[in-house]
Amino acid sequence: MSGTRTFGDYGGRYVPETLIPALDELEHAWESLRDDPSFQTELDTLRKTYAGRPTPITLASRFAPEQRVYLKREDLMHTGAHKLNNALGQVLIAQRLGKRRIIAETGAGQHGVATATVCARFGLECIVYMGSEDIRRQAPNVERMGLLGAEVRPVEFGTRTLKEATSEAIRDWIANVETTHYVIGSCVGPAPYPELVRELQRVIGREAREQFLAAENRLPEVVVACVGGGSNAIGMFYDFIEDDGVRLIGVEAAGAASLGAGRGGVLHGARSSLLADEDGQILDAHSISAGLDYPGVGPEHAWLRDTGRAEYVTCTDDQAVAAFHRLCETEGIVPALESSHALARALDCGAELVLVCLSGRGDKDLAEVLRRERA
Amino acid sequence: MKTLVVYLMAMPDTPALAQAAVEAGADVIEIGFPFSDPLADGPLIRRAGERALAAGMRTARCLEVLAETRSRVGVPLVPMTYASIFDAYGWAELERDARTAGATSLIVADLPVDARPDVKRVQLVAPTSTDERLRLAAAATDGWLYLVTVTGTTGARAELAPTLAPLASRTRAVTGLPLYAGFGISTGEHARAAAELVDGVVVGSRAVEAAEYGVAELATLVSELRSGLDG
Repeated sequence: MSGTRTFGDYGGRYVPETLIPALDELEHAWESLRDDPSFQTELDTLRKTYAGRPTPITLASRFAPEQRVYLKREDLMHTGAHKLNNALGQVLIAQRLGKRRIIAETGAGQHGVATATVCARFGLECIVYMGSEDIRRQAPNVERMGLLGAEVRPVEFGTRTLKEATSEAIRDWIANVETTHYVIGSCVGPAPYPELVRELQRVIGREAREQFLAAENRLPEVVVACVGGGSNAIGMFYDFIEDDGVRLIGVEAAGAASLGAGRGGVLHGARSSLLADEDGQILDAHSISAGLDYPGVGPEHAWLRDTGRAEYVTCTDDQAVAAFHRLCETEGIVPALESSHALARALDCGAELVLVCLSGRGDKDLAEVLRRERA
Repeated sequence: MKTLVVYLMAMPDTPALAQAAVEAGADVIEIGFPFSDPLADGPLIRRAGERALAAGMRTARCLEVLAETRSRVGVPLVPMTYASIFDAYGWAELERDARTAGATSLIVADLPVDARPDVKRVQLVAPTSTDERLRLAAAATDGWLYLVTVTGTTGARAELAPTLAPLASRTRAVTGLPLYAGFGISTGEHARAAAELVDGVVVGSRAVEAAEYGVAELATLVSELRSGLDG
C-alpha cells in the first residue's frame, strides 16, 4: 500500500502548489523510514517506555451484562488518548527531516496535548491552532498545552471549531513550509497524511486483535469505534479488514455525520465524504463532542463505506452522554465524550462478542457534561 | 507593455466594478467564485468570500455575474475558485459553462498541475516549486503562468517579496510564456518593482479592499497600479 494517494475516488492532493514539494518530501521520508529498522526501534522504544504501550483490553461486564464487550484502553496511554500514537511518529519523522518548528490543529485538545507533549520531550517549538469555541469547552486541555510549553493560537472566525483550526494550521504551513512540519491530527488532509496517520494508528488494532484472540480464542463479531476525522477508527479497523467475519462499525455524531449524511467534496486537501451543500460549500457540524465536531472524514473511511467493508451509524448527544455516565458508574472508567458514541452503539449492535475502541479518557469533558446537566 | 490583472470577488456589483477597473487600465479581470474554506487566501479575501456567500453568490449566480461582466468589457476574464466548487458542479460542466458565460480561462487555487489535466487552466507556481514542476506547469498552463511571489497566502505585504526574483529567473529558464506575479502586490511601487522581473502583476486583496469602497476607490487604485507598472 506504500505510496497510496487515493482510496477509490477519494483522497488525493488538493492543496496550493506551495505545499506540493513538502508533501513529496514527507512521502519520500515516510517510504524510507517505514522500513528503516533504526526508526522502527526508536518508535517502538518510545511507545513502550514513554507512551505506555501496549494498552490493555478490559472486559466491561457490568457495563454490558448481556454481552462480552471488551474495551481497548487507549485512555490509559500517556496524555489520555490515542492521539499520541500519531504525534510520536510524526515528530520523529519531522526530526529526521530537520524541521524544528511543529504546528498542529486541535478540536477536543487531545491532539494538541499529544503534539505539545512530544515537542516538550524533544525540545521543539510547538504552535497549536484551536477554535475559540473549543477553547471554551475544553479548557483543561488548553491549560495543559500551556504547561507543556506550546503556544495555543485561537481561531476566531467561522464556526470557531476544528474546521477553521485546520484551515488556519494549513495556512501557517503554506507560509512557513520550509522550516515547519504540520502534525495533522487525523487520517485526513492531502496524501500522504491519510495513509501515514493510519499506519501510525494501526498499533491499536494490531494489539487489540492479539489481545482479543488471547482472551476469547476467537475474533470479535463486531469492532466499534467513534469517527470524527476517523483516526482511532482506521487504526482499530485496519488489521481486521481481512477478517471477513468481523463487522466494522464506525459511529459518527448525529450532527456531524460526514459519512451518513454527506456527499463527495473537497476539504482540507482531500476529496472525501463531507457535510456540504449542492454547490460544494462546506456546512457546519454540530456535536457536544469537540473531537467529532468536523464536517469531513478521512478518505479511506469514505472508501470503506462505499465498498461495504465498514458500516457507519450515528449517535446523538443524549445517547453519548448516557453511555458516558453508564461507563463511569458500572466500570469506574471516565470515557471521553468521543469514545462514548462508540460505547452507546456497542450496547445495541446486536452482537455478543464486541471490541470497542475506548479512544480517550473524559477528564477534559467533565465541565461540559456538568454544564449541560445544570442547564 | 506590462499586463495588469485585477481580482474582484463575485458580487452583484462586480460588472460595474470590472468596467471601472478596465477603464482605469486593467488588462485582465479575475473573478473569485467564493468558497467557504479558501486555504490559499489570507483574511481580506476570506472575509470577502464570506460576504459574497452571505449575499447568495453561489456558483450559478457567479456565472450570471461573469456573463454580465462579459457584456460590459472586452478584456480576458478569468474565474478563480477552489476544487470543491468544481467537484460539486462537475468539472467538465463548470469549465464549459464558465467559458460559455465569457471566461477566457480558469484558475483553481488548490489544484496542483498534476491533478485533473483535463481542465485547461492557468497554473500557479511558487518559490518552493522545483524546476521539474516549473516545467510541468509551463507545459500545462493556459496562456500565462501565475507566479506566487511568496511562500504564504494572499494578502498585502509591505515590500515586494525577495523570493520573486529567483522564482522569475528560474521560470524564465524553462519557458517563454508570459509570467504574471501575484500575492502581496498592492501598490504602484510594488508593481513597478515587479515589472522589472516579470510581464505583469496580479492585484487581489488590495483590489478587493478598494472595491468595497466603490467604483471610484477601485479606479484610483487601478490608475496608481497602472502608472507604477508603466513607469
